[in-house]
Amino acid sequence: MEFYLSDPNLRLVFFGILIMSSTTAVVGNYAFLRKRSLIGDAISHSIFPGICLGFLFTDSKNPVFLLVGAFATGWLAVFLIDYFKNNSKIKEDSAIALVMSVFFGIGIVLLTYIQQSKGANQSGLDKFLFGQAASIVETDVIVFGSVALLSLVVVLLLFREFKLICFDPVFAKSIGYPIKTLEAIITSLTVLAIVVGIRSVGVVLMSAMLIAPAAAARFWTNNLSVMMVVSILFTTISTILGCGVSYAFEGMPTGPWIVMIMSFLAILTFLFAPQKGSVNKYFRDRMNWSRIEKENILKKLYQIGEVKNDFFQPIFLPEVANNRHTEIKISQILKKLKNDGFVIKTKGNWYLSAEGKAKGQKMIKLHRLWEFYLTEKVHIAPDHVHDNSEMMEHIISPEMEEKLEKALNYPKKDPHSKEIPY
Amino acid sequence: MNHFWIIIISILAGLPCAWLGSFLVLRKMAMIGDAISHSILPGIVIAYLMSGQKDSFLLFLGASLFGILSTFLIEYLHSKSGLQADASIGITFTFLFSLGVILICYFSSQIDLDQDCVLYGELAYSPLSRWIIDIYDFGPKAFWVLFLVVICTFSYIYFFYQPLKLVSFDEEFAKVSGINVMLWHYSLMGMVSFITVSTFEEVGSILVISNLAVPALTAFLISKNFKRMLFLASFFLILSCILGYGLAYFLNVAVAASISLLGGLIFGIVFITEKMISNQKKYLALGL
Repeated sequence: MEFYLSDPNLRLVFFGILIMSSTTAVVGNYAFLRKRSLIGDAISHSIFPGICLGFLFTDSKNPVFLLVGAFATGWLAVFLIDYFKNNSKIKEDSAIALVMSVFFGIGIVLLTYIQQSKGANQSGLDKFLFGQAASIVETDVIVFGSVALLSLVVVLLLFREFKLICFDPVFAKSIGYPIKTLEAIITSLTVLAIVVGIRSVGVVLMSAMLIAPAAAARFWTNNLSVMMVVSILFTTISTILGCGVSYAFEGMPTGPWIVMIMSFLAILTFLFAPQKGSVNKYFRDRMNWSRIEKENILKKLYQIGEVKNDFFQPIFLPEVANNRHTEIKISQILKKLKNDGFVIKTKGNWYLSAEGKAKGQKMIKLHRLWEFYLTEKVHIAPDHVHDNSEMMEHIISPEMEEKLEKALNYPKKDPHSKEIPY
Repeated sequence: MNHFWIIIISILAGLPCAWLGSFLVLRKMAMIGDAISHSILPGIVIAYLMSGQKDSFLLFLGASLFGILSTFLIEYLHSKSGLQADASIGITFTFLFSLGVILICYFSSQIDLDQDCVLYGELAYSPLSRWIIDIYDFGPKAFWVLFLVVICTFSYIYFFYQPLKLVSFDEEFAKVSGINVMLWHYSLMGMVSFITVSTFEEVGSILVISNLAVPALTAFLISKNFKRMLFLASFFLILSCILGYGLAYFLNVAVAASISLLGGLIFGIVFITEKMISNQKKYLALGL
C-alpha cells in the first residue's frame, strides 16, 4: 500500500475516493435496509440534467452551481418516484425505471444542446457520465470531507430515529416521529453523497458504491452499527485494492476496478458468509433433510414394532417402503443409521438397536404428545392435527418437551387413542 | 427521405421494447431491462474481440448470453442467498458493467467501441449505411435488421401469448396449471437481451431502457385489458418517436434522448389527464 501512497497525486485520489465511498456506504445502509437499493441508480442518472441546467443557466463550470442543479433534480427524481408510487397503480421499480430513463434522456438532450450551441466550453460535462477518479484535486477532497463530516454528524444525532424508520416505519409513525422530515433528511444525505461523488466514479458505478458494501455487510451482522462499520471496511479494502490495480497497470480505470472488487467481495459474501451464505444454507438444509429422513425411518420402524409387539425382529424392507421412499432409498438411509448406531446389520438382516428403539420411541412420543396438545389446548379437530405434528416432532426441543409433558399432565393416549410411550 | 428513414428505424427499434416492456411492467421487473442493458456490455466486448467486427452474429450471441447470465445471477442471489431483489439487481449489473468497462480499457487498442455510441446510439447516421446488391438500393441496412427483429418479437408474443400472459398476471396460477414458469421467465429474459443488443447500436442504451419502461407504463395507466395495453404502448411509442424526432431536428440535439424525453412528456400528460378524469368521476359519484 505504501508504494502508491508516496505519490502525492495518487494519495489525493486514494483518500478522496476512500472518504467519498465511505460516506456513500454509510447512507447506502439506509437505502438498503429501506429496500430502496435502486434509488441510488435513479438518483445518479437523474442528477445529470441538473448538472447541464446548472451550466446552462449560469454559463460557468463553477462546481457550486452544477452541484446545486444536480441536487435539485436528484431530489425531484426521488420525489416523483414516491409520488407515482403513492398516487397511481405504478409500482416502485417501474417508477424508478420511468423517472431514471426520462431524466437521463433530458440530460443527454441538454448535453447535446450545450455541445452544439456553446462549443468547446462544455468539455468536462460528460465526465459526469463515466467519471474520472484520476481528476480528483485538493478541493474535491475538501468537499468530500465536509460532506462526510456532515453525514456523520447527522447519522450520529439521528441514529435511533433512522434505525426505527428502516425497520418499522409504522411504529415510528405511531409514536409520533416526524416521518416525512426524517425521510427527507435521509433522501437529502443520499442525494448529497451521490452528487459530490459522481464526477469521480460516474453514473452507473455510483449505485454500486451505495449498495454493494451495505448488502455485503448485512450478511455478517444483525446489528446496524456493526453493519455500518463492516460496510466501511468493505469499501476500504476495495478502494485499496482498486487504486492499487490502477496504479500497477497502466491505463486501468480506478472506479470500475473498485466497483469490480467491491461487487466481487459482495458476491463472495452472499455465497460463503458463515450464517446466511447460500453455500452454507445449502449444506445446512441437506443435513437437516437427512436428519429428518433418518428420524422418520426410525419412527416407522418403531411403529412396525409396536404393531408386532416385538421391536427387535429383522427389518423387512417392503414393509418400511412407501411411495416416497423406495426400498433402495431405505437401505441407503439404513446404512447412515448404522453409522449412528441406531440399527445393526447381522447376516444380511437389519435389526433395530436399543438406541434406535429409544430414538424412534421418542419421535412417536413427541408426535402423539403434540397431537394431544393441539386437540386439547388449541381445540383443533383430531383429524387435522397429523400434518402439523409431522413437522413439529423434528423441531421440539427437550425443554419444550418437558414443558409439554407437564402442561398436559403426562397423557396416556393421543387423540387417535394410540398409546403415548414414555 | 432521411427524416422518414430515421423515424421508421426508431419506431422499429422501439416496438419490440414496448411490447416486451409491457410484460416486464406487469411482472414488476421494469428494472430488469435496465440491468440487462448494462450487463450485456462484457458480452459485446468479448464477442467483438473474437470476431473483430461490430455487426456479427457473435455479438448477438455474446450479449444475449451475458444478458441471461445476469438474470440467472439476479435470480440466484435473490432466491438462494435471500438477498433483497432490488439489491441483487443493483449488484449484478454494476458488477458486469464494470467488468465490461475494464475489458474495454484493457483492450482499448483493439476496440473502437465508443462509449458515446453505446449511450446515445447512431440514429441520425443509421440511414447512411445502405444495403446494396449490385446496383439496387434496398434502403438502410438497419431498417432490414430491425424489421427482422420486430417480426421475431411479434411472432414470439403472438405464438406464446397465452402462457406469457398467464405467467405475467398470476405466476402461482400458471404454476398450478402446469406451465413451466421458469422456462417462460428465462425465455422472456432471453428475448429482452436479444432486443436490447439488436437495437442498442441504433438507438443507444438510454432509449432501450426508456422504451422498455415508458410506453408500457403510459399504457398501463389507462388500460384494463392486456391486448389494449399492448396496442396503446405501441401507439405511444410511435407518437414519441415522431414528435421526438421533430424536437431533435429543431433543437439539433441527440435523437434517441429527445425521443425518451417526449416519452416522458406523453406519460406526464396521460398521467395528469387520467388523474383529472378519475377525480371528476369521484366527485360525480359523490354527487358534488
